[in-house]
Amino acid sequence: MDTVKNILLVGVGGQGTILASKILSAGLIQAGYDVKMSEIHGMSQRGGSVSTQIRFGQKVYAPIIGKGQADVIVAFEKMEALRWIEYLKKDGRMVINDFEIPSVPILMGAASYPQGILEELQGKVRASVFKASEIASQLGNPKAMNIVLLGALVEAMQIPGEIQWEEIIRSTVKPAFADLNVAAFKAGQEQVRMNA
Amino acid sequence: MKKLLTGNEAVARGAYEAGVKFASAYPGTPSTEILEAMVNYKEDCYSEWAPNEKVAVEAAAGASIAGVRSLAAMKHVGLNVAADPLFTFVYEGVTGGCVIVSADDPGMHSSQNEQDNRNYAAASRILMLEPSDSQECKDFTKLAYELSERFDTPILLRLTTRICHSKGLVELGEREEKPYVPYKKNIAKYVATPANGKVMRAKLEERIADMTAYSNQAEINAPEYNGREIGVVSAGVAYQYAREVFGEDASYLKLGMTYPLPIDRIREFASKVEKLYVVEELDPYMETAIRAAGIEVVGKEIIPVYDELNPDIVRKSVWGQEPEGVSSEKQAVPRPPAMCAGCPHRGFYYALSRKKNVMITGDIGCYTLGSAPPLSAMDTCICMGGSISEGHGAAKAFELSGADTKVVSVIGDSTFFHSGVTSLMDCVYNQSNSVSVILDNRITGMTGHQENPGTGYTLMGKEAPQVDIPMLCKSLGIKDENLYVVNPLNLEECDRALDEALEKDEPTVIITKWPCILKKFSQQDKTEYDLTKKSCTVNQEKCRKCGLCSKTGCPAIYSGETITIDQNSCTGCSLCRQVCPFGAIE
Repeated sequence: MDTVKNILLVGVGGQGTILASKILSAGLIQAGYDVKMSEIHGMSQRGGSVSTQIRFGQKVYAPIIGKGQADVIVAFEKMEALRWIEYLKKDGRMVINDFEIPSVPILMGAASYPQGILEELQGKVRASVFKASEIASQLGNPKAMNIVLLGALVEAMQIPGEIQWEEIIRSTVKPAFADLNVAAFKAGQEQVRMNA
Repeated sequence: MKKLLTGNEAVARGAYEAGVKFASAYPGTPSTEILEAMVNYKEDCYSEWAPNEKVAVEAAAGASIAGVRSLAAMKHVGLNVAADPLFTFVYEGVTGGCVIVSADDPGMHSSQNEQDNRNYAAASRILMLEPSDSQECKDFTKLAYELSERFDTPILLRLTTRICHSKGLVELGEREEKPYVPYKKNIAKYVATPANGKVMRAKLEERIADMTAYSNQAEINAPEYNGREIGVVSAGVAYQYAREVFGEDASYLKLGMTYPLPIDRIREFASKVEKLYVVEELDPYMETAIRAAGIEVVGKEIIPVYDELNPDIVRKSVWGQEPEGVSSEKQAVPRPPAMCAGCPHRGFYYALSRKKNVMITGDIGCYTLGSAPPLSAMDTCICMGGSISEGHGAAKAFELSGADTKVVSVIGDSTFFHSGVTSLMDCVYNQSNSVSVILDNRITGMTGHQENPGTGYTLMGKEAPQVDIPMLCKSLGIKDENLYVVNPLNLEECDRALDEALEKDEPTVIITKWPCILKKFSQQDKTEYDLTKKSCTVNQEKCRKCGLCSKTGCPAIYSGETITIDQNSCTGCSLCRQVCPFGAIE
């Protein structure tokens, strides 16, 4: 693969984007790619918007991308999908968790949560939308939502190369959560297959 | 073996492999994880949190003079605090190699300014290296120790947020132990009296000449010739952006060592290309030197002089191309950071926000978020430790002008230890009547929970003595009757302390004490505070939707058609219950 591929994970502090990107990059390294990954720390724990950028290919220079360059955006929250849409390539794909987290201006009643986000985005780009948090809850823990989304991303990307995802997940998460996370990953893959 | 590491982790790895024995830092985004990663090597290298950056650099200088390799790390503004030892330590030089890491924050992701610390290198004449990815972070750190000992100088390793927090593959190596250099007294080298200093200053010129000669032939400053139409001089992460924008056809002079600049090499490179660009983030640091050498170059007339760069910005500056992407008419509502649900600062701030005719001087930490609506309980914020001294000056100004405005200064526990203690000494010594509030949440919060001299533990996890803040204030001269210790989540206590303190004509101190809600609680926290998980709910029959509860700014409270409390994020701090005039919160 000559061209560098770009993935953007966006969400809200505390949603587990970091663990998802850790497993993803381990997979990409296993497949032999050069990988760069960038995330902004700092204020994210205080409920701010967070983003992780992952770039992979033969040789990657810049750790960050500009607008219109993401091949796939995975939004862990609906409004964040809207916030980052400009970063998607014209023929890019989105994976969206149908989940709302109101921000402080909305909580205070100074603004309202935008309506019709999913219809708007689905009208513009190829998007797989599903309730990852509910799927994770059914599997036993709503927090595994991040791995459901990771599974969906992997299915949507069709990354060339041999990658043992299950093995990587088992070696990354705590043993007690391994089965749960492997099931979450598979459930995410299944969602995209159904949507395709 | 290759591993995916952040720039910060790679710097720590480089220091480990270089045989560093002593590392010290004060936490600050984006540099914090360097010392956190050093703990991985605690068998071989001792690491500590210093109370501030000046102390960290001085301690690293002391360790170097005593004969071991040492490291000090800080965010860009931390180097302002450490500038005093920096300038003279450069004169004196080292015994064991010493590296000072400055992590700049272009774009101010989590800083109060975006100063370009490359200027410190030129001002203090310290050899500077600028890695452009994680592999270079490790390699340059190791090289820095060689150069430090070779040229007898501390080294400035200058990083930026994207270097610190981006991950890339790094080839790991083995640690090389550096034998301790047995201590020898050397007054002429290490005592900077004016007489010795004059000699050191003259020698510094010789060192600069040697370092410049090295810079002009160093491998890390080697040109890469491709097409001769365009040549690009760049350094740090800006090089990676330039590489994407100018592609394979341009030639590059990527500089790893940027003080002293290799002007001869730049001149030679310029002569071999038709058009020369310099791509650098923030100040025209290289450009000014290149122009001063009479070399024609395109730089800041097209590349922005402030804010973080990215490939888009460089592309637009150079080729005028706008990216093509997807857009939407719909607007996402901003998601600014906020104090967490259950944050102990919120209670005190709510009480403070109700006081009239009060100027509130603020400081750097999570509690700076108290300046945001709806609390808006902060009027100033300049720098670490500044609140109490600003408050002192403001109180004096009001007094001298006959104004009856009172002053409250707020500062966190870690920030107070950092540089607030001398400010409080000033209030007492010079007798202002400001109210100094120390928000003690038992941890350094904003940077992600680092131990500090008040928490009872060290960076390496050892138990440590704790600063007794009330006793410290008393020893500075705060009278017993002017010292209040309150629970910040008890509004009545906060109110009473504030009302009494604001009435007094002497310096007063209010200490609020409650652990950060996100902290991993220590045994002592569990014993001293009731930290059992509780929650609050709205009784919809009693609620009259007055909205007072949402004026606390708690992110667990949702004001829609009805007012509800999110049970996942509520910690049961009960602040909303204390605020509700209708007893509707249970």
